[in-house]
Amino acid sequence: MGALGFILNAEEGERGWRLAEYIKRGGYSALKKIVNEKIPADQIVGELKKSSLRGRGGAGFPTGLKWSFMPRQFPGAKYVVCNSDEGEPGTFKDRDILRWNPHMVIEGMIIAGYAMGCARGYNYIHGEIWEIYKRFEEALDEARAARLLGNNILGSDFSFELQAHHGYGAYICGEETALLESIEGKKGQPRFKPPFPASFGLYGKPTTINNTETFASVPYIINEGGDKFLELGKPNNGGTKLFSVSGHVNRPGNFEVPMGTPFKDLLAMAGGMRNGRKLKAVIPGGSSAPVLPADVIMECTLDYDSIAKAGSMLGSGAVIVMDETTCMVKALERLSYFYFEESCGQCTPCREGTGWLYRVVHRIEHGEGRPEDLDLLNSVTDNIMGRTICALGDAASMPVKSFIKHFGAEFEYHIQNRKCLVPEDVQRAGSGFFKAA
Amino acid sequence: MLEIEIDGKKTEVADGSTVMDAAHQLGIFVPHFCYHKKLSIAANCRMCLVQVEKAPKPLPACATPVTNGMKVFTHSEAAVKAQKGVMEFLLINHPLDCPICDQGGECQLQDLSVGYGQSASRYQEEKRVVVNKNLGPLISTDMTRCIHCTRCVRFTQEIAGWMELGQAFRGEHAEIMPFIEKTVDSELSGNVIDLCPVGALTSKPFRFAARTWELSRRKSVSPHDGLGANLIVQVKHDKVLRVLPLENEDVNECWLSDKDRFSYEALNSDERLTRPMLKQCGEWREVDWQTALEFIGTDLKRVVREHGAASVGALASPHATLEELYLLQKFVRSSGSENIDCRLRQTDFSLDGKKVVPWLGLPIAEIPALDRVLVVGSFLRKDHPLLAQRLRQAAKKATRVSLLHVADDDQLITLQGKSIVAPSALAAELAGIVKAVAEAKGAAVDAALAGVQPSAAAKAIAESLASGEKGAILLGNFAQQHAQAATLHALAQKLAELTGARFGYLGEAANSVGGYIAHAVPGAQGLNAARMLAEPRKAYFVLHAEPELDCANPQQALAALKGADLVVAMTPFKTRALDYAHVILPVAPFTETSGTFINTEGRVQSFNAVVKPLGETRPAWKVLRVLGNLLGLPGFEQDSAEAVRAEVLGGKPASVAERLNNQAVGIAINLESAAPALQRIADVPIHFADPLARRAPSLQQTRDAMPPAARMNAATLAKLGLAAGAQVKVSLGGTAILAVQLDDGVPDGCVRVAAGHELTAGLGPMHGEIQVEHA
Repeated sequence: MGALGFILNAEEGERGWRLAEYIKRGGYSALKKIVNEKIPADQIVGELKKSSLRGRGGAGFPTGLKWSFMPRQFPGAKYVVCNSDEGEPGTFKDRDILRWNPHMVIEGMIIAGYAMGCARGYNYIHGEIWEIYKRFEEALDEARAARLLGNNILGSDFSFELQAHHGYGAYICGEETALLESIEGKKGQPRFKPPFPASFGLYGKPTTINNTETFASVPYIINEGGDKFLELGKPNNGGTKLFSVSGHVNRPGNFEVPMGTPFKDLLAMAGGMRNGRKLKAVIPGGSSAPVLPADVIMECTLDYDSIAKAGSMLGSGAVIVMDETTCMVKALERLSYFYFEESCGQCTPCREGTGWLYRVVHRIEHGEGRPEDLDLLNSVTDNIMGRTICALGDAASMPVKSFIKHFGAEFEYHIQNRKCLVPEDVQRAGSGFFKAA
Repeated sequence: MLEIEIDGKKTEVADGSTVMDAAHQLGIFVPHFCYHKKLSIAANCRMCLVQVEKAPKPLPACATPVTNGMKVFTHSEAAVKAQKGVMEFLLINHPLDCPICDQGGECQLQDLSVGYGQSASRYQEEKRVVVNKNLGPLISTDMTRCIHCTRCVRFTQEIAGWMELGQAFRGEHAEIMPFIEKTVDSELSGNVIDLCPVGALTSKPFRFAARTWELSRRKSVSPHDGLGANLIVQVKHDKVLRVLPLENEDVNECWLSDKDRFSYEALNSDERLTRPMLKQCGEWREVDWQTALEFIGTDLKRVVREHGAASVGALASPHATLEELYLLQKFVRSSGSENIDCRLRQTDFSLDGKKVVPWLGLPIAEIPALDRVLVVGSFLRKDHPLLAQRLRQAAKKATRVSLLHVADDDQLITLQGKSIVAPSALAAELAGIVKAVAEAKGAAVDAALAGVQPSAAAKAIAESLASGEKGAILLGNFAQQHAQAATLHALAQKLAELTGARFGYLGEAANSVGGYIAHAVPGAQGLNAARMLAEPRKAYFVLHAEPELDCANPQQALAALKGADLVVAMTPFKTRALDYAHVILPVAPFTETSGTFINTEGRVQSFNAVVKPLGETRPAWKVLRVLGNLLGLPGFEQDSAEAVRAEVLGGKPASVAERLNNQAVGIAINLESAAPALQRIADVPIHFADPLARRAPSLQQTRDAMPPAARMNAATLAKLGLAAGAQVKVSLGGTAILAVQLDDGVPDGCVRVAAGHELTAGLGPMHGEIQVEHA
């Protein structure tokens, strides 16, 4: 864990996450400030805009702008929803935020409710991290007991109730409108947009949905000011960011670093490449982000703009590191299987296309590839991308497209020779699970 | 208004319109599967992707709102590339075996694949196979063909009002299915067959019977409920093989009830009569028409001579055509009798002579514009499936619907107010509503209402009605059959007057209005249906009806018919008339004759025969004309159904509107009603309501056609010491052995025993004190 940042600043162990400890670290001071000084909502949104905080869930949408979309004068219920349905392969940052610093998320959500005039919030927590859900429930109880949640928070006339809701592990429920459907008790399937959640969200009411890490950044911005947050990072990419580093590194884990940190610094923090092997490729932003070859990623800094320039996405900050022992066909097969399995089945290109992609990649991996397969894969991804209701179609296509783009030769070798370019024993040695032959 | 240009053509559309709406307005076809004008937007098939100027990606026309100045290209290279891409995806897992698919030739996927598909598939992997589902006796499934457009799911949810289908599982494993161990039981279920753009859901009775191009499409009108749904009857080799809706936005929209759609099976039933039959020396013999008609002529003359003309009576079904009803009454009246009626289930005739021609009181298409509706005494959803559907849609918008009835069946309509009372309390409860409204408005009420204390439910309904501006009070079949029908009429009329609402009837049968227009009701000297049976006649003419099932008191009807000297049954079927008739004449069902039905809104809908009469069957109007000639009666020279029609309507179908009248003056309100310890509630289940539906085998296998039971609530069961499932003997003017069923929708002290079914035909009246004892 990095001690650099403000989000992962809690002590590990049984106590650090508790309310008393959070308050000792200065927790809930932002909320107190807002409530006591009766800071106008506009000013809070203004600070957020100044901070250049961008959505940490993957899309990187400016948070301040998103909050300003909420119809301020709307009569009746409005909702604020936290998306902790962290399902993207490679991503495990929200889990740690909720594990070590749940009150920071709660405080961020209460402030969001204050700023957007919402009386109720939900935190949708991924169904496969049950113990985190239980801990969050405990944190909520603590906050309620301390009158930080509920009616007349801290004696003011502001009331806000927050509930945790756990999913059942469907990746698609991380898509914000599918998440809303799921909270409503329906099958998790994305809605067609427009209308966007800001006008027609949970139960048809205006709703703002942000990622866990986004909400966790809010108290700092209120306490220290938007400018200071921005200074932590670089222009248009404010603040620190959590990176979940996994794969062939010595110390996989979550690292909180300022936006704009060079990739090689992050790699060093993660202990460098395992067994000193050579870096082959990195997926910089979760499995749906296009893969980048070693030479490209080593020149990148970790912020939305730099990674975008290199042809990929910062996404959720899930950095999947692959060394020279990796068979790229096998890696893609695994990713394609995931999207095939997780497509909700609602719209045609994704329902039919993800299965097609997986089957073709599977065939190549199993020595039954055909010379025309790479063109076919490219053509099928073209027919999926931009044609679907939500972004899952794109997410399934981008790995395929980028793997073929950067490692096409390896695929061709596979098709011609009906076996991996990286010898099987080398792959086994690199996996860490097998002893080298 | 918003300006939009599609494929170079400009138009203006209302705010909130979609690109699809605008394309329709311009007559531009955008390929689609999941989009349907009557269903919510799903945007899941992606077939309607079009290119929109300045948009980075193709957008679905069905779900993209028009913005001012928008430029759309539906056939540009980018649009067609997107559409072809989607078509390829739809086809990869779809079987490419159209020649063995029942939808072949009428399949949207097949049609569009001609324009957007490729000649060979790039998909070389294994195809998906999906296990078929049992959706009941009407819908056949071939789920491997499903393209997941969810039209069927949205139909059951939105139009039928009860989600009976859903999409389970994810991704490629997604399947459309009913709930576990359930079938699709809606009375509107057959519409999903029309909606399914592929061969996944097809008609079970029609399965593999013919190809669509082999079938002639002929227009007709449904002979069942008062709506008069417009039909396309599909015919091959003079046989009706299928019925589809003929779209008419003012009547049935694009829907049909299952009864309208599947009752055609009865037309090809083994029970069809093909030759006239005559009973001689106790034996039934098939004879020729000449013999049969001469026998009737001679015997009728004898009866009239021996017992007088008033000993002749005619009972006609309200499902008979206008022309048939007209000639029957003309024949009876020319023979010197006034005894003719087509209101076989009615028991209170005190409105007769008050110039009432009961009708809906407003055009069907105006239902959505109503803001308040009170339905009184109606098994709404089963008696009027598509009118109920209209109310269901209206209730989702601004219409507040209330129900006053005797059984708490789920109408699948959001009800504002509801009051469920015993039949004997129905009039008093309605009076309570009238009184509550009158009190609120400071208006005077009839002295008979002085002692009425409105219940809480009545007050709530009254409040709802009084707060509206465009209301309607509608009396259902049960109210029309009620022993206090005239009192209910007077109260409803008063309520409408007080609230400024429209007042009308939900007509029971296809020609309930037509019966009045054809004068197939008794004159001042005549006997109505009930009296004709209570005071037995010597000769009866029975047209299209099965009195042992269709009359208010089957036992009395049977006794009267069995005691008569001459009973002439005119029917397409070998009915129980074999037990009591002397002559049975095979007359044409609606598909084999020209005719007219006047629906409950007074719409005159004429139709032609779609097939030749079966065997020696003849249209009833022809039979009656020849009979008239044979007896030398004047006025039977019509040489076509059109000529008869012209005679009834005076050549002016519009004149019908002038005769419709629900306003009666000087009806006595009588709230006195005996409340027996245990009273019967009789509904006429949807598929037992007329001879055609009773003989349609597939309809008879539906859940709606379950054998009648003695239905009681838990309190009544406890009081009688009965348990659900027990066999009991119920007695009311006769007896029947039935199973007991728990139904908490039945009011206290009531037993719901359906009419119109063989099992309960042994009972007498539909109302009154009933006894239940262990069998």
